[in-house]
Amino acid sequence: MQTNQEKIAEPVQYKSEVKNLSFYYGGFNALKNINMVLHDKKITALIGPSGCGKSTFLRSFNRMHDLYPGNRYEGEIILYPDNVNILASNVDPIEVRMRISMVFQKPNPFPKSIYENVAYGLRVRGIKQRAILDERVEVALRNSALWDEVKDRLHDLAFNLSGGQQQRLCIARALATDPEILLFDEPTSALDPIATASIEELITDLKNKVTILIVTHNMQQAARVSDYTAYMYLGELIEFNVTDTIFIKPKNKQTEDYITGRFG
Amino acid sequence: MKSINNLEEIRKIIGRHKRWDLIFMIAGIFALMIAVLTFMALFAHMLIDGMPRLSWDFFTSFPSRRPEAAGILSAWVGTTLVMFVTAVSAVPLGIGAGVYLEEYAPKNLLTEIIEINVTNLAGVPSIIYGLLALGLFVYQLNFGQSILAAGLALALLILPVVIVATREAIRSIPVTIREGAYALGATKWQTVSDHLLPYSSAGILTGIIIGLARAIGETAPIITIGALTFIAFLPPSPVKDEFPYVSFEWLTAPFTVMPIQMFNWVSRPEEAFQLNAAAAGLVLVVMTLAMNGLAIYLRYRMRKNIKW
Repeated sequence: MQTNQEKIAEPVQYKSEVKNLSFYYGGFNALKNINMVLHDKKITALIGPSGCGKSTFLRSFNRMHDLYPGNRYEGEIILYPDNVNILASNVDPIEVRMRISMVFQKPNPFPKSIYENVAYGLRVRGIKQRAILDERVEVALRNSALWDEVKDRLHDLAFNLSGGQQQRLCIARALATDPEILLFDEPTSALDPIATASIEELITDLKNKVTILIVTHNMQQAARVSDYTAYMYLGELIEFNVTDTIFIKPKNKQTEDYITGRFG
Repeated sequence: MKSINNLEEIRKIIGRHKRWDLIFMIAGIFALMIAVLTFMALFAHMLIDGMPRLSWDFFTSFPSRRPEAAGILSAWVGTTLVMFVTAVSAVPLGIGAGVYLEEYAPKNLLTEIIEINVTNLAGVPSIIYGLLALGLFVYQLNFGQSILAAGLALALLILPVVIVATREAIRSIPVTIREGAYALGATKWQTVSDHLLPYSSAGILTGIIIGLARAIGETAPIITIGALTFIAFLPPSPVKDEFPYVSFEWLTAPFTVMPIQMFNWVSRPEEAFQLNAAAAGLVLVVMTLAMNGLAIYLRYRMRKNIKW
């Protein structure tokens, strides 16, 4: 209860606001009229059974759906402080992806060196000066708790790292460009428990720097790392609240059933 | 009633079933041997006939009326130059078309029709390409019966191979790698040039070499556009003493190629020319096998750093 009150006492600052968001894969309505907010520099978790649309929702934030034909958004995702609807057709998806980074389910480093992996987002932005690249790469690797492990072999292939290290490398790659929001799509589902713990610790450390939205199918993970939790089911947002409330006193019967493991 | 768990009985059944394994294995080996041994026999025959003719002089002599003085100089130079023109034109066109179809083309009916056509082009008989090249390159564009016309004809022939190889190599890159690049704000072209092309280069290169290995042995389209069967001079050198040091005169020169030289010798009545044909065939087969070997090696080398 103590922590709850502290959270409420803070001035409410939204990084993003989702208004009446619906999403269609061709004729299939995958997201139905979702309304919620992302609190600035907080971790928001999306939970729900598989197929509930949580990944679809996450991937709307960086317009990943635009890569494939036949997908359609309705509604708005407003980004603050500049009040831009990132789903608007006159907003370039590339611009959105430059502001909002993503870490995928399976570590997906490029078959390049560790250094080039982290530097790629900067290179896309046209940064060529070695000194700037060197500095940004180091900062990103430090922030993803990988620097000490790789500083002597920055030019080794990224594939030579372990699974957990590869995922931290992907986090460093996403961080190197100072994103406003960092999206995680079940970032630990392909990792062993030890690597999972280190990634979770890292995510918790990152929240002072960046707003985080994380999809997880692991409820304990949501409870451990997030400040806010949204429970989704069949494309609808069933309940959204402070994580402690969702896990201790959910208002909705469905949420309670899912949380207590009665289904899902 | 006998128990089905009777051990004797079970062993007998297994023995009976295993006989079919043996029968199939023998049939399989037999089928394989027909293919392999036929080639081996042909190759051995060519080796025995042609090997004694292989010498430095054979490679550095022009064809001649006297079989023992005849060589394949104009043929292998012609083949090399034609292959060069083929590669230079088919590689960028094929890769460009493959990348466009895979990454840029909108998924609609027109694209689908083009895709089906490209795949079917690989099955068009090569003489049809020869006729097309005769009409288009030799007469319409006035390239004459030249190395340029022949190279372009063969380029058309292998274009579908390069396109299909490019598309398949790009398609074998996991979708998470493509999405990873796009998620960092890369444009299509950045994704293609920084990721898709480098990671698929092994597959594309293999496709190119296999295409060229096919083109090197093609005879029909080259005869159709009118390559000479007897030619005792070389095209003008591409390198010059004076400025600008390079010359493209060779492009319009008449030429012959290895398979045509072979065909010419095979059709002579004298026994000695048959030996020359076998020797030229040996060189051609070794060139083709070497290209395929190179493709396998490059594939292995370039895939070593990529695991997915």
